[in-house]
Amino acid sequence: MIYDIEYETMPREALEAIQLKRLQTVLSKVYATVPFYRKKFGEAAILPGDIKRLEDLRSLPFTTKQDLRDNYPFGMFAMPMESVVRIHASSGTTGQPTVVGYTARDINTWAQLMARALSAGGASRGDIIHNAYGYGLFTGGLGVHYGAEKLGASVIPVSGGNTRRQVTIMKDFKPTILTATPSYSLHLAEAAEEMGVSFADLHFKSGIFGAEPWSEDMRQEIERKLHLNAIDIYGLSEIIGPGVSIECLEAKNGLHLFEDHFIPEIIDPDTGEVLPYGETGELVITTITKEAFPVIRYRTRDITSLNPEPCVCGRTHARMKKVSGRTDDMLIIRGVNVFPSQIESILMQVEGVAPHYQLIVEREDKLDTLTVMVEVSEQMFSDEVKALQRTGDTIAAEIKDYLGVTAKVKLVEPKTIQRSEGKAARVIDKRKI
Amino acid sequence: MQAEQISIFLENRAGRISDVTGILSDAGVNIRALALADTSDFGVLRLIVDKNEKAEQALKNGGFTVRKTPVVAVGVDDRPGGLHNILEILKKTGINVEYMYAFIQQSGNKAIMIFKFDQPEQAINALEKNQVTVINGVDLYTL
Repeated sequence: MIYDIEYETMPREALEAIQLKRLQTVLSKVYATVPFYRKKFGEAAILPGDIKRLEDLRSLPFTTKQDLRDNYPFGMFAMPMESVVRIHASSGTTGQPTVVGYTARDINTWAQLMARALSAGGASRGDIIHNAYGYGLFTGGLGVHYGAEKLGASVIPVSGGNTRRQVTIMKDFKPTILTATPSYSLHLAEAAEEMGVSFADLHFKSGIFGAEPWSEDMRQEIERKLHLNAIDIYGLSEIIGPGVSIECLEAKNGLHLFEDHFIPEIIDPDTGEVLPYGETGELVITTITKEAFPVIRYRTRDITSLNPEPCVCGRTHARMKKVSGRTDDMLIIRGVNVFPSQIESILMQVEGVAPHYQLIVEREDKLDTLTVMVEVSEQMFSDEVKALQRTGDTIAAEIKDYLGVTAKVKLVEPKTIQRSEGKAARVIDKRKI
Repeated sequence: MQAEQISIFLENRAGRISDVTGILSDAGVNIRALALADTSDFGVLRLIVDKNEKAEQALKNGGFTVRKTPVVAVGVDDRPGGLHNILEILKKTGINVEYMYAFIQQSGNKAIMIFKFDQPEQAINALEKNQVTVINGVDLYTL
């Protein structure tokens, strides 16, 4: 089903006319209210009035995650705090998480987009939605929640964790739609099997999975084990949260990106050149309806391509391919974004720990595990086993505290971790997504 | 009055200890006492050797993380109650024993225990006050 027929099936010429109008409005707005953009436009010698066609967008400078960090926490907000009704943040070392804000209208916009997404995944007001995305600063849980309520469905705000209780809820409350990360959904399937509950007897018709990359193979596995239609959803908190794009049940071939709210571009990550439809590169997004935290040409670092061909579902919004990788070294571990450099700064803070470490990411029982291998240097080496164990525990506790990820710390002998020319091979990702 | 022990960090994988003994053997170093403390991931190998500097250098060159740790070698009456007597003395003075292990050679008619104390100076004082023999490091290595 299509939630918003007028906008989701709008002919492309009309859609592009709306995009241009909204773009010009947001550019004037950020130029006037956000010092960062005023300065950036000034450096590029551009005024909002210079943008007369959609193609002129490419003359504007990019916005990067570092820009957001440099303006932490609220430096890039375009509205006064009295108008901001919600704040979300992604994990980061102290002082450096990415902070985003929403006005009441933004919350409503977000809810509308999520209602569209849930509809595309087969949900309607008669459905019961089991929402296992984490609630809190993370945009996943509340994003789905407000979308479900906007749609009129019955949402169960289970959040993450308490797996056995979730299985009982699924058995007793009989939800029809599942929203979770793909790896967690498989973990739920295993837990259910251990409890003697078969997904074949449960009532799910579809599941909407995202917050981490997952392959077609994984989709087959999820559909087979959970007896439901598995749909991909994409989003990032800097843009709005989940609800930037969604796969349709009818085609399951690319995610429709809500182009009446976001203008996508694909660029060559090294040169910044805009690439034509069909070519693979880094996704760049400009928000044209958000009030509190608009971003212009934000580099998502996600790799994909765009396809504007009409879709069998009837939606005219272009589809992006399932994200196939990133241009940076960010990891997603159980849905949490982790940069190796964050682990490095934590290690530097622990006394005597040398910067020779390696991250091993694996998937055991469907859940991601992170092992941090740390070389035991002369300064770090205590003759007493308990002191060494304490160092390992301290590192793990700091990682949990700052990043929200549970890591196993393994102390290894010096020179065990390969030194490579130039960039050290910091991360070994053994997961087969 | 204290003795030096060589402590070596070892990962829990096959052959590591034999790598150590190989290096020491090549360097002409004789091991007098040995203890191995282990966890699931790593171990700490503790050695009393006859040539401390040589051992430390050879092991470091071999890529091992090594530390010299001060320990106390105590003469224990080689009869039932010998060790108990010593531990009672330490208990009365509230001194904590981090770990201990036996030394292969005897000293006269006494057995020798290697102790790691959290307060080595106080431990030596307390023991000597109670007529317990503390063996000097220099003497220990070549017993």
